[in-house]
Amino acid sequence: MYSPINLLFSQIQFNHIYVEGSILLVLLWILLRKAATTANPEKPVRYYLFDLRYSTKAICDSFFKLDIEKKIQSWTPKPLVDTSSPIRLPMENYFIESKASDRVVINGQTCINFATHNYYNFFDNKSIENRVIEAVNKYGVGSCGPRGFYGTFDIHIELEEKIANFMGMEEAVIYSYGFSTVTSAIQAYVKPKDIVFVDEEANFAIQKGLQSSKADVIYFKHNCPEDLEQLILEIDKKSPMKRKKRRSFLIVEGIYMNTGNICNLPKFIDIRIRHKIRIFIDESISFGILGKKGRGITEHFNIPTYEVDLIIGSLETALSSVGGFCVGSTFVVEHQRLSGLGYCFSASLPPLLSAAAIKALEHIDKYPEMLATLRERSISLHRRICLSKLIEHFTLGSDETSPLKHLYLSDESLSHSEQQSILKHIVDYCIPKGFAITTAAYLYKNEYKLPKPSIRLLASINITDENIDSLIHVLLQAVDVIPTKAVQ
Amino acid sequence: MASIVNKCYSNHSKLNGYLKKKPIHKDFYIEESYEKMPFSTSIMATLGFYFLIFIGLINHLIFTPKVATEKKRKGYPPLYDTFDNIFLRYVFRRVKDCFNSVVSSVPSAKIEIRTRITEDNNWSFKLLDTKSTFLNLGSYNYLGFAQSDGPIADDTINIIKKYGWAIGSPRQELGTNHLHFELEKLTAEFLGVDDAIVFGMGFATNALNLPAIINSNCLVLSDEYNHSSVISGIKLSGATSLVYKHNDILDLEELVRQNIVSGHPKTKKPWEKIFIITEGIFSMEGSIVNLPDIIAIKKKYKVYLYIDEAHSIGALGSNGRGVLDYYNCCPKDVDLLMGTFTKSFGSGGGYIAGSKDLIDYLKANSYASCYASTMAPSVTQTVITSMSMIMGKKYGGEGRKRINQLASNVKYFRQKLKALGCIVYGNKDSPVIPMLVYSIAKVGSTVREFYKFNIATVGVGFPATPLIESRIRFCMSAALTKEQLDEVLEATEKIVNKFGLRYSKKPISNEEIVYETPY
Ligand SMILES: Cc1ncc(COP(=O)(O)O)c(C=O)c1O
Repeated sequence: MYSPINLLFSQIQFNHIYVEGSILLVLLWILLRKAATTANPEKPVRYYLFDLRYSTKAICDSFFKLDIEKKIQSWTPKPLVDTSSPIRLPMENYFIESKASDRVVINGQTCINFATHNYYNFFDNKSIENRVIEAVNKYGVGSCGPRGFYGTFDIHIELEEKIANFMGMEEAVIYSYGFSTVTSAIQAYVKPKDIVFVDEEANFAIQKGLQSSKADVIYFKHNCPEDLEQLILEIDKKSPMKRKKRRSFLIVEGIYMNTGNICNLPKFIDIRIRHKIRIFIDESISFGILGKKGRGITEHFNIPTYEVDLIIGSLETALSSVGGFCVGSTFVVEHQRLSGLGYCFSASLPPLLSAAAIKALEHIDKYPEMLATLRERSISLHRRICLSKLIEHFTLGSDETSPLKHLYLSDESLSHSEQQSILKHIVDYCIPKGFAITTAAYLYKNEYKLPKPSIRLLASINITDENIDSLIHVLLQAVDVIPTKAVQ
Repeated sequence: MASIVNKCYSNHSKLNGYLKKKPIHKDFYIEESYEKMPFSTSIMATLGFYFLIFIGLINHLIFTPKVATEKKRKGYPPLYDTFDNIFLRYVFRRVKDCFNSVVSSVPSAKIEIRTRITEDNNWSFKLLDTKSTFLNLGSYNYLGFAQSDGPIADDTINIIKKYGWAIGSPRQELGTNHLHFELEKLTAEFLGVDDAIVFGMGFATNALNLPAIINSNCLVLSDEYNHSSVISGIKLSGATSLVYKHNDILDLEELVRQNIVSGHPKTKKPWEKIFIITEGIFSMEGSIVNLPDIIAIKKKYKVYLYIDEAHSIGALGSNGRGVLDYYNCCPKDVDLLMGTFTKSFGSGGGYIAGSKDLIDYLKANSYASCYASTMAPSVTQTVITSMSMIMGKKYGGEGRKRINQLASNVKYFRQKLKALGCIVYGNKDSPVIPMLVYSIAKVGSTVREFYKFNIATVGVGFPATPLIESRIRFCMSAALTKEQLDEVLEATEKIVNKFGLRYSKKPISNEEIVYETPY
């Protein structure tokens, strides 16, 4: 066995091997380089020290005397961040010096709060406060671990059960941050080959969740089921068989954060059923607000919850805590306990915030008349603005019953930045006069559809008609001083 | 020790000129151990995994369980892929009882865990009202600040009464109060940089800030064991990313060189910016980043450096200032310092610290500051108090006492574990202490056995670790005393004997291991 190999070696002329070998190597390099660049144009080529491609490249490099060192030395990166155009943030000079409840102290001035999510004024509720303090006494200040590793407290399980029971659904999971709830939940189900239909005014968290999922995203006109149907039909016409095998999703919001409109859910559900699409609803705003008992958009339209695959909600809005949750059937929701990135890889919600959410939810459950009051207050805010002179300067977006309203400048000829600047001046005028209002913050260059600049007004149960009238009065004073129309 | 390290890297031969040789692990001056697993173990662990999957498949075909079906979605494409299901149902379910235990007390040195029972082989659990007390080596409570009494809890309760427990608004709307400013200033001072910005969640700090700084014309070089939040952030940014071998400086330098030369693969233009992203302490490996060398590379090639100090801040260095403190590096040498408040500070949220320009830019452009809710006032106050304690600004030497206690605990526990003949990964000073058990089946039995001794530990396996490198992880805490550690070690010895976990082939030194009294 040994000797024939020895024989073979002794007969080989090594200089031949060198010459032919190097020609072969060069050829291989050319081929491989082509293959590498065409096969995978996205990824930069990565050479290993022991990699054939690398060694051949090294040979060629020295052969052609490419001066790598020079190239490396001459490379200069751009500065870490772009400081050429410093941005002035509209609200950067306002600091809260009290609880963010219906009266809020801003830079020493007590204001009526139209700016933060404080629908039920829970921050002034002593029984919730006591529950929060109790939680600190029992569980300490933090959770010190992700859910899998000793970060699951019984108070988290209690909150999950409460939410599931409240919604009449099988299971809920909670997250420690509202934004990450939405992105993580979407990423857990939507995979690169899937197709997703989403409202063009969907909030930023939905957009980012979809972007990370790398799925095919198709935007339809805001709250327009007809447009959605049209788009689906177009796709089905192009490749009739394909969509049957691809998972498709529809993502809408209960009350749209960016417009204040209530979703036209019955029609969307109808389309969903006919075209076999699963639906996720982001109820960050509508949970605890819409419906007779606060169960959100499904209750509002009397739609059985099994028609909806997943409801994503926030603890930061109606419940006045921090965090978010997803609720649905066990089959769907359980999956997030191992695939929701923000659920698995982040420390769980601090127990005290969990306690706040539990008590707030109990309150909503116990006193449904609060919901009616809020609705009535929202309608009053809406009507009073619409009936006032303000309407010469502004248009009020949003549904009448929604507590979240957008006040837009009505002059269409104003440029985007002019609108921003006028609105900022209006806010600057109102806050020292005792009205906490805020411009809606957007990263305009990152949004899918440029949202129209607005002042976002949030109703709460404690605002009175007098409060609303005096807000309107001050806004009118403001527009007297600040021109809201383009100069002709 | 720090000065030796500094000397080491500045005239490091590896960094002078072109690289010819692969690194040899022995050369590493950082004392980090990654003992190779015995060959037979690796075969057994792999076989074990496939065996479980195989049994799972058979199980799946013959007795399809009733739990997992979707209602009212007939004729839809399935929601999940099949492999995931098999893994979760038949491999993960067997150890499901070792995770998500339900805690019912402060997660300090002792922790109360509610009893759970299962009547259907871990498909579902029922929570009972009874609970038992465990020694806690599972929580990330490095400095023992998870407390329900003492100054931290008192301050937090005062702020809850004064400012409430949350603010329903993002930073760019009406969501800033003076506590945020106070904390940002304090963080900057603590770290020795110009400015800092804080957010309500550590995960989101990575995931929602990286895309604001990095764009699609940038290159990201990311350590292979980087945390999921970092990866999410890179993904969102749309940048090209390359993974370098864990803590492998030569691989990293090689990549930097090649990519500066080659430029963007599509456009062939030079990269706008190149970022190195790594962590301080790696939470699964227990290793500490090779910072001096990375800083040298960063300076040599003008790339930017982002360090996620989630686990190292507070827990490392004689002043608790993280890896920079540990290696005595200048904080200005790292462009972006990120960290979380969930671990050593016992609270919640995260920060990014760096130059004034950077922070001003983030205030305006970060996704989190524009859309996500602000850090809750209660949580902010908790961090302010614990950070002031670490810095020695409040309550005298209490903070320093904890830092020293943690360091002594870590040294003692690591040495003792090694003396037992276990393979322990990571740096000798790292408070994350992974002990290798290799096969996924042993994770379950080991954690359960620890439960019998009333000790709470964490078992980690695939997908958080490589398939056949499952491990038990101890998280050291300053709240634990030497006596408690001895109790754990005694139990560990029994368990190691029972399951045959003495994998190490290294000679065990006969030196007596003494506990250095921290004060
Ligand atoms: C390296 C790293 N970064 C970020 C995080 C996320 O931090 P948080 O738990 O505060 O969301 C973790 C937590 O597990 C981590 O280990």
